[in-house]
Formats: sequence, C-alpha cells, structure tokens
Amino acid sequence: MAKLHITTTINGDATEFLCEPEQTLLDVLRDELQLTGSKEGCASGDCGACSVMLDGRLVCACLVLGAEAAGRTVETIEGVARGEELHLVQRKFLEHHALQCGVCTPGFIVAAKALLERDTDPSETEVRYWLAGNLCRCTGYDKIVRAVLDAAAEMRGEEAGA
Amino acid sequence: MPPSEQGSGAGIAARGAPGAETDVGAAIAHDSAERHVRGSAAYVDDIREPAGTLHVAPGYAEATCGRLRSVDLDAVRRAPGVVAVLLASDIPGANECSPSLGGDPVLADSEILFHGQVVFAVAAASRRDARRAARLARIDVEEGAPAVDVEAGVHSGRQILPPYEFRCGTPRDAIAASPRIHEGTLRIGGQEHFYLEGQAALAIPEEAGEMYLHSSTQHPSDVQRLVARMLDVPLARVVCECRRMGGGFGGKESQAAQWACLAALAAHVTGRPAKVCLDRDDDMIMTGKRHDFRVAYRFGTDDEGRLTGVDVDFDARCGCSADLSLGVVDRTMFHADNAYYYPHARIHTRRVRTDTVSNTAFRGFGGPQGMLIAERMMDEIAIRLRLDPLTVRKRNLYGPGRDITPYGMRVRDNIAPRLIRTLERDCDYARRRRDIARYNAKAAHLRKGISLTPVKFGIAFTLKHLNQTGALVHLLTDGSIQVNHGGTEMGQGLHTKVAQVVSGEFGVEAARVRITATQTDKVPNTGPTAASSGTDLNAMAALRAARTIRSRLVALAARLYQVDRADITFGGGQVNTGRRSVPLAELARLAFTERVSLSSTGFYATPKITWDRDTATGRPFLYFAYGAACTEVTVDTMTGEMRVDRVDLLHDVGRSLNPAIDIGQIEGGFVQGMGWLTTEELVFDARGRLMTHAPSTYKIPACSDVPADFRVALWESRGNREPTVHRSKAVGEPPLMLALSVFSAITHAIATLAPGRVPPLDAPATPEAILRAVEALRD
Ligand code: FES
Ligand code: FES
Repeated sequence: MAKLHITTTINGDATEFLCEPEQTLLDVLRDELQLTGSKEGCASGDCGACSVMLDGRLVCACLVLGAEAAGRTVETIEGVARGEELHLVQRKFLEHHALQCGVCTPGFIVAAKALLERDTDPSETEVRYWLAGNLCRCTGYDKIVRAVLDAAAEMRGEEAGA
Repeated sequence: MPPSEQGSGAGIAARGAPGAETDVGAAIAHDSAERHVRGSAAYVDDIREPAGTLHVAPGYAEATCGRLRSVDLDAVRRAPGVVAVLLASDIPGANECSPSLGGDPVLADSEILFHGQVVFAVAAASRRDARRAARLARIDVEEGAPAVDVEAGVHSGRQILPPYEFRCGTPRDAIAASPRIHEGTLRIGGQEHFYLEGQAALAIPEEAGEMYLHSSTQHPSDVQRLVARMLDVPLARVVCECRRMGGGFGGKESQAAQWACLAALAAHVTGRPAKVCLDRDDDMIMTGKRHDFRVAYRFGTDDEGRLTGVDVDFDARCGCSADLSLGVVDRTMFHADNAYYYPHARIHTRRVRTDTVSNTAFRGFGGPQGMLIAERMMDEIAIRLRLDPLTVRKRNLYGPGRDITPYGMRVRDNIAPRLIRTLERDCDYARRRRDIARYNAKAAHLRKGISLTPVKFGIAFTLKHLNQTGALVHLLTDGSIQVNHGGTEMGQGLHTKVAQVVSGEFGVEAARVRITATQTDKVPNTGPTAASSGTDLNAMAALRAARTIRSRLVALAARLYQVDRADITFGGGQVNTGRRSVPLAELARLAFTERVSLSSTGFYATPKITWDRDTATGRPFLYFAYGAACTEVTVDTMTGEMRVDRVDLLHDVGRSLNPAIDIGQIEGGFVQGMGWLTTEELVFDARGRLMTHAPSTYKIPACSDVPADFRVALWESRGNREPTVHRSKAVGEPPLMLALSVFSAITHAIATLAPGRVPPLDAPATPEAILRAVEALRD
C-alpha cells in the first residue's frame, strides 16, 4: 500500500512522517514517532486517553487520521512541560495526588490545559463536564477535579486552594 | 478492647514516623507521578520495541460454543504482512493457562467453550496487519446451545466445582421459631475491569531457549510458570518482568497469562520478539469479569429487628472454567455476614458452569456480592419493621458475646460500632434523614434516600500458601538503595509505600530508595499482588531485608567507632554513633572496603492464619479492615434516573503509611463500587455474545457522575492490633464495598413510595432496574 508523506508541526517542531492512508494520528504518534505519552484506551473516541491538540482544538487522536495532520500543528503531552519545568496543570496533578496507574493522566492533562486556556475561571460543574470525555478507572476523579480547580485559581493569581 | 485499637474521631492522623524523621507515614507522591504527568512512564506497549518485533492478534470464531470442525486459515496466511499463524498444534508443551485447576487452553483445540475464545493467533509485521488478518479466518463449529446465564447453567446441571457450605447452629429451626420471617431473591450483576491499559505482553527470545517477558500482570511468577510449561522448558529459562500496569483490579491476576503465553509462543515459533496488546473490544470479550450471582435468602428476626437465623443460597456464574472461582466464591461466603452477627447460619454456594467467558478476580474477590446480601437483609428488616435502617444495622453488629463468624473465627478487632457512630455524627445523619423524610413527604416523583453502611473485610489470602513473598534490598556505595520485591505496581502505590518503609529503616528520604521493576529472577516464587495484601506482605519482606543490612552496618560501626550497638541510630541520611555521625554513604563505602555484604533478601509469611477448607475450620484472616459510608441520592421515579448528591466516607487503614495514597484508594474504590452497583451492566445476547464490549455501551463512572460533595476521612487509628508493617492495614479492596451505601440509599428512596414494602431492586440499579422496582411497588 502506498504510504503518504506528511509534513506537520508537532510540539513546535517541523516533523515529517510516512503513514498509511487509514492510519490514525494516535498510531502515527505512538508507532512512527515514538511519542508514547498519548495512550490508546479504547480507539473509539470514548475514553480520552489519546487527547491531543490539533490546531489548538482538543481532539481524540484515535479519531483523527495521521494524514489529517498535514500542514497543521499538533500538541501532545510530550510538549506540555518546558524541559525540566512542569506546566502548572502537571504540577497541580502531582501536588493533589490526582493519579494512580497513570494511563489516563496524559489525556486529562492535555484536556484540562485546553479548558484553562479557554477559561481560567470554570465552575466545578464546568470542569466535571469538560472532563467527562476522559475516563479514569482508578482515582474516582475527585483529586483530578481539585487539581484542575487549583490550577485555575493559581492562573488567576489567587492563593492556591482559594 | 486492646489499646492499639483505640481511636476516635475522623480526620487524617497527622504524625511523624516511629522514631526518626523519615518518610514513613508521609503523604508523598506516587513514585512514578512525575513520569505520569509527563507521559514518560512506560507500560508494556510503550517499551521501545526490539528490531524485528512482530505483532500478534488473537482470532476467534463466530460460534459461541461447540465442537471445532475445521479451521481454514488460508486467507489469514495470505494477508499482507503476516509472518506466522499459530494454532494449538504449535504448542510444544502444555496448552494450558489456568491458575491452578485447569480447563483454560491458551488456544482452543477441539472445542469452543465461549464466544471470543481464542482459536488461533496471527503474528504480523504491524498491529494493523495482524488485526486485519485475524478477521479473515473461516472457522467451522458444530454449534451447541449455550447455557448463558446462571439459570440456564443451573438448569443444565453443570457445576465447575462441588457445592460448599458454612453452617453454624441450627439455622432452619432458628428461623422457623422467629417472630418474623423474611425471604427474597436478589440478582447481582458482574463487572468488567476496564483497566485503562488493556492486556499486554512482549516476549523476547534469548539464547539457550530462554524467554524474557514483559507482561502487564499482577502475577509474574505464574506467567513464568505457565510460559515455561507451554514451551516445555524449565522455569529457570523464563523470566517475567512487570514494571507497572495501567490498572489491574484483579483482571490481570490469572488472566494476564494467556496473552503472555501467546506472545511467547509467537516468539518461540518465529525466533523474533513478539507483542500482544488486546484492543478494547477483544479485551472485554475475551477476558473474564466479576462473578454475577442469583441469590435466594431466608432469615428470621426478633421484634426489634435482630437476626435470629440466616439461610442463603448463592449461585455464582463462573463461566466455562474454574479459574479462581473456588476462592472467589469462598470469599462471598466469608463476607456474607459483612459486619453482622448471625447466631445461626447456613451459607451455601454453587459454582455454576455456563458457556461464557470464565469469570475471575475483581477487587473484593466475591466479597462485595456476599456483603450486598447482608445489607439487603438490613434494609428489608428496617422497611418491614418501620425502623431506621441504621438502628437495625447497629443492633446486628458484632459485639461482646456476639463475636463468632459463621465460619468460626472470633472477631477480635471490632471497631465497627465506634466507627459507625463517628461517621453518623460527622455526616449529620439524623438531621439529614429527618430533612429527607420531610422532602419526600412533599415530593412528587423525585425521591431522596440516605443510607449509612459498614464494611468489614478480612485480610489474607484464604488459600494459605499465597500469603508469602520475598524482597531483595541493595545498599550501594553512594548511599542510594535499590529494592525489588514480589509485588507488582498497578497504580495502587505499592512501590511508594515499600520505598517509604525501607527508607525508614535507613533513616533516609524515600527518594533515595529506588524500587526497580518486578522481576522473577530477582525475587522468585511469589504469589499474586492481590487480596489487598501487597503492602502487608512485600513491605514486611523488604523491611526484613533492610534490617539485615542495617544490623550488619550497626555491627561494623560499633567495631570501627568503639561504641555500643544500642547507641547507633539512623536518621537524616546519617548514621549516629553517639560520639559522631557519619553519612550513610560513607558507612556503606567503609562496609565495602571491610568486605561486609550490603545486599540482603527478606522473606515474609503471614502469621496466625490456619484456615483449613476441607474441615471449614481455623482462622482465615489475620485481621479485618473496617469502614463506613453514608450516601445520599435523589431518584427520579418517573424515569429511573438517579443522582448521588453527597458521600461521606470514613475508613480504617490502621496507621497510614501514606495518607494521600490511602485516600486515593478509598475514593477510587468507592467510585468503582458505585459503578458496579449503578451504571455498569454486562449484557449478553441469547447466544452468549457480550453486547456491551466497548465504553460506548458499557458505562463506567465518568467525572460528571461523581458527586461534588465527596468527603473522605481516615479513621484516626492507633494502629492495627496485629503486628503488620508499622501497624498499617490493607486498603486495596475494602473501600470498594463502601459503595453498598449507594445501593441501599436507592432502595430507601424507592421504598418511600410504598412504606412497609421492600422494593425488589436488583444490582446494578440502572434506570431500568429502578423503574422495575418502582413499578413493582405500584402494583
Ligand atoms: S483511545 Fe482515543 S478516545 Fe479512547
Ligand atoms: S489513574 Fe488509572 S485510569 Fe486514571
């Protein structure tokens, strides 16, 4: 099968890859580019473990074709921290113990960061509904919600937990 | 009450570690947390593949059961990228991946036992190629009529194992002589594990017929054993490693082995590394679940609602093989009393065989199903006698002179009465129950319910020989520490707790202790990480190993510095000799030059347990873990929809080794239990095919299903009365059963429609089940 040659930007870097026409962006990231932080939890758009940003929009990488990334920008969990320095949302997940097995964590962080980039003052209900597309089987979500609300508060310049 | 069991009030016990300022008892982060938030923690499928790695996909028949007539794999073999196709006849040794009792072939040979059973496997250059090719087989089966549900299984008369029973006193006479007699039936649904990382294994063939496995397994030793037997090589040629799992919940206790076997078989046949990663649908179709049950019960009470006798028949759907059903259903029996005293009891179980996937371990291991019956009885008594269900529960708790379980063990550590009283006060139960009564009196179709239920959960494997493990500790000459132990990490924070315990022995920060991947060539012959016992066993073994090294260091320091051994202490990264203090690293270097070993193994076997299943006597558990939960719900009796409004949890972890991790286990366990009892419904069609095999149709709780008002506290304990590691208690499974309060609260809400009548609510309480119960009350 003829492979497609795709040029795109991933985490700020100009990137080229070859993929099959029906290969998903998730498979490209994981198998061709060794960016394994995005996880496959369902491959059907129902768990959010594969969440990435495509041209600034939150998408499930398992529902996007690799070829659709052509000429666009992709941000994955690997691009969230600035080198050694964690992003605020990552830091808050650590502080609030908002993870256990960790498979859902990259997806939650990408999704939560996307929310806070649109709105730094979401209500708890808004956080819960925004994250309802991300499944976690371990934590019961409470600490995740706390972490996101705390990150929002800090973004707004309020005291942590205020 | 022994002093060590005394405690009062809720709240996180804030305390330092025993002796020095160490990380034991501190709320430190999970040891992989930073890698998790970066996405850099590797699960099996993230490990950089060795060159030439093949991808293996399983193939199965359309048919649901019957004799295998022919398997035509020509199209599969011709498909692009396919390198090998594997059948049962390719297996050099035993075609078996059962944990003990047999009946679980790696690949079907002559018979299809259930829909989704693996008949062949394709090894191909890419995962897509393998998965595509696996769909091209033509499998001809002389199809039988499957027994799908527990009734059909009972009807067909096939049981996987003989019936088993606990009996104490004369239950039938006691019930017959009671002023009040109740009876009923209850159906309890199963549950899909839905670990977010599916089953996965990578097999790498090495020299001299050796096989190295990376497996997402709770039981590396059993993967090693089964792969060795399948390949017909000594166990010494097989190593199994598990760095971490993306969730296990029991689903990777016995049933991770088949996928490791398939990867190893492909690697053996092709000589190339081979990887199996099940896609979600295959995982849900091909692997077993929590046992679903049909239960019939009969019991008597006095006029105050105190039980006089209990007679329960549990029929468990085990599926097509024994797997772990012996122990699972035994635990249903061990917990059929929950926290209540049954003066006379008969607890009878049948392990029903059906032509469906073999049900397996799932957090709680049968216990939750047993406890649900106890709670149903409490609710039923309260509704019939028009009492507050909490009053009924309190009257029936174990207590002085009422402390022998139906299996003959004395309950010595009963903190349930005090724990319940504390939660009752802290969550303002009485006032809220009154408010709810007022609300319901005026309400039309929205009804509120509230319930406060206890948990008592026995800790130890009831199969005695599993209660053992080992650890290997190395102190290195820079003062850093490596630890390996028999337990596996699945997100529960086991490695973090073990590191904390070891760091406490050496007086260093937990960050100095590195727990390496679980590997069968470092610590061999272990049991599974299960039964909530991971920390109890492995932290104790690691502690013993650390103490061995420490005592060597103490002897050395006493000799070198001419001080008394008793004056030597470890803390703050230093070894204090009374006269001077030296950094641990310096003493380690001295020990090396003095030729003192800085490495040790440790071994631990749980004491005091004596259970003998054949005679049904002895002590199965070292201790009990306790908890209580209060849940408030609103039920829409027109639509069956239900919302959880508020949850208060109070849970006993003894002296917490890490309150953050423990609270995480409590919250996560509760929500998982809530899913089991409310939204998670497994639907099989008449031919035995699972219809709910993806998250689009099988609903685990989402973020928006969990109440915002979610209050969790640790019981302020002075410690386990048994000498567990730092007097902590196991926490993996017990909190799941705190969710029984959700089911009970829903029962309460529905029951307000027709006071005095018991809603025939089955589990899970889906909107449909709620509506059925509502309608039954309206008749
Ligand atoms: S893997 Fe993409 S949503 Fe689940
Ligand atoms: S931490 Fe395991 S699925 Fe979320």
